[in-house]
Amino acid sequence: MLLHITTDGPPIYQQIVDQIRFRIVSGQLSAGDELPTIRGLAESARVNPNTVARAYRELETEGLVEKRRTVGTFVAAGSERVSAAQRRRLIAPHVDRVLIQAKQLGISLDELVAQLSERNSQLDANQSKSNGESK
Amino acid sequence: MNVAVPAIEIKHLSCLFRRSDALHDVSLTIPTGSVFGLVGLNGAGKTTLIRHLIGGLKAQSGTVRVLGEDPTLTPESVLARIGYVAEEDELPRWMTVGQLIDFMRRLYSEWDDSLCEELLEKFSLDRSKKLADLSKGGRARAGLLVAIAHRPELLILDEPSYGLDPIARQDILEAVVRTAGDEGRTVLFSSHLLDEVSRVCDTVSVICAGRILETLPIQDLGDRYNEIVCEFVSGERMPPTIRGFFGWQNRGREWSVAVDRNVYDSELSIRNALSGASIQELRPISLDRWFAARVGDPQSSLESADATPEVVS
Repeated sequence: MLLHITTDGPPIYQQIVDQIRFRIVSGQLSAGDELPTIRGLAESARVNPNTVARAYRELETEGLVEKRRTVGTFVAAGSERVSAAQRRRLIAPHVDRVLIQAKQLGISLDELVAQLSERNSQLDANQSKSNGESK
Repeated sequence: MNVAVPAIEIKHLSCLFRRSDALHDVSLTIPTGSVFGLVGLNGAGKTTLIRHLIGGLKAQSGTVRVLGEDPTLTPESVLARIGYVAEEDELPRWMTVGQLIDFMRRLYSEWDDSLCEELLEKFSLDRSKKLADLSKGGRARAGLLVAIAHRPELLILDEPSYGLDPIARQDILEAVVRTAGDEGRTVLFSSHLLDEVSRVCDTVSVICAGRILETLPIQDLGDRYNEIVCEFVSGERMPPTIRGFFGWQNRGREWSVAVDRNVYDSELSIRNALSGASIQELRPISLDRWFAARVGDPQSSLESADATPEVVS
């Protein structure tokens, strides 16, 4: 697993949690997949092993991974079920950013919603067009 | 390995070089299993401190214990258990990589041949090459290899990344993490590259003009100290002296300052203390900013030492 860790952003354990959570919620990792060992991930990401251990504990508390004693850490079976809430949580900061920007630009919530759905149908239309072409 | 004995225990160590204070009343305990970062500007005393640990300098006053022993009394038995990478590139250049390895493996009874082969491969080192013909990064890798192939209980790295290319720095960090991942092994990592320290270390100590200003777990840094960006309504030219605030810096009218949250437990109390200023930002401090605030305002550490108990390791 290749994580991208920076030292001028959020705490390192948080970056690890976010990136692994993203892989699980977006389906790149699925239930039963094994995560790298703490040591292995610490070495490849070049971070303190305790930091990785802390990130794994956090993911375990969230119910996204489970530790099987002496075997390793695996993506939890129920991870698809919790993922609706997880997905909302992942998009929350982006929603916040759009809302703040809209407020600064004087765009009302209704206008914003209208623009979102208009843009959405444009994207859908583009996608079905390009799918049609490729077939 | 006895976990009850700290890997390194220094008490009231002072060292004078021609009347100047190279180290002044340094006390430091590094518990077994820790990855400890020693940060300081050039000339702060990092290398002098490390020389005491490897038996290169004898304590003029105070005591030094490494893995429970005095490294000046029993250097052979201490050195057999530690790995050391010196700041300067000081390997014998006339040797080949293979000769260096053969020489070192005779010194260490714990030498691990399979680890050595693995590292040769990983670092793309060729036994037949002369050290003089390697790049600086290549020699650093060779130095690292012979420092860790006997699986030392304590690995000491003095500015290991100084002047190296990014790939060599990555190899070094990886080796630090690998050593740290082995149960009960300790790493002392001296550096002024703070991004490396914040990645791999669990505890950090800042040294300035021969004194240890503060030691704390990196994980606690952002909770313990905040950085504030503020502007004084009256447009002050000089920062005020307020208890718990240190390392004032300004860019134009905006001031940045570190604040000790042990002194101010709520945001409201900070706002009250800074009543003449409008606060634009208050955030957990970064290692860089904390370091700059400490070394830019060394007196401040004495104050906060009073405000709080010593860091217990």
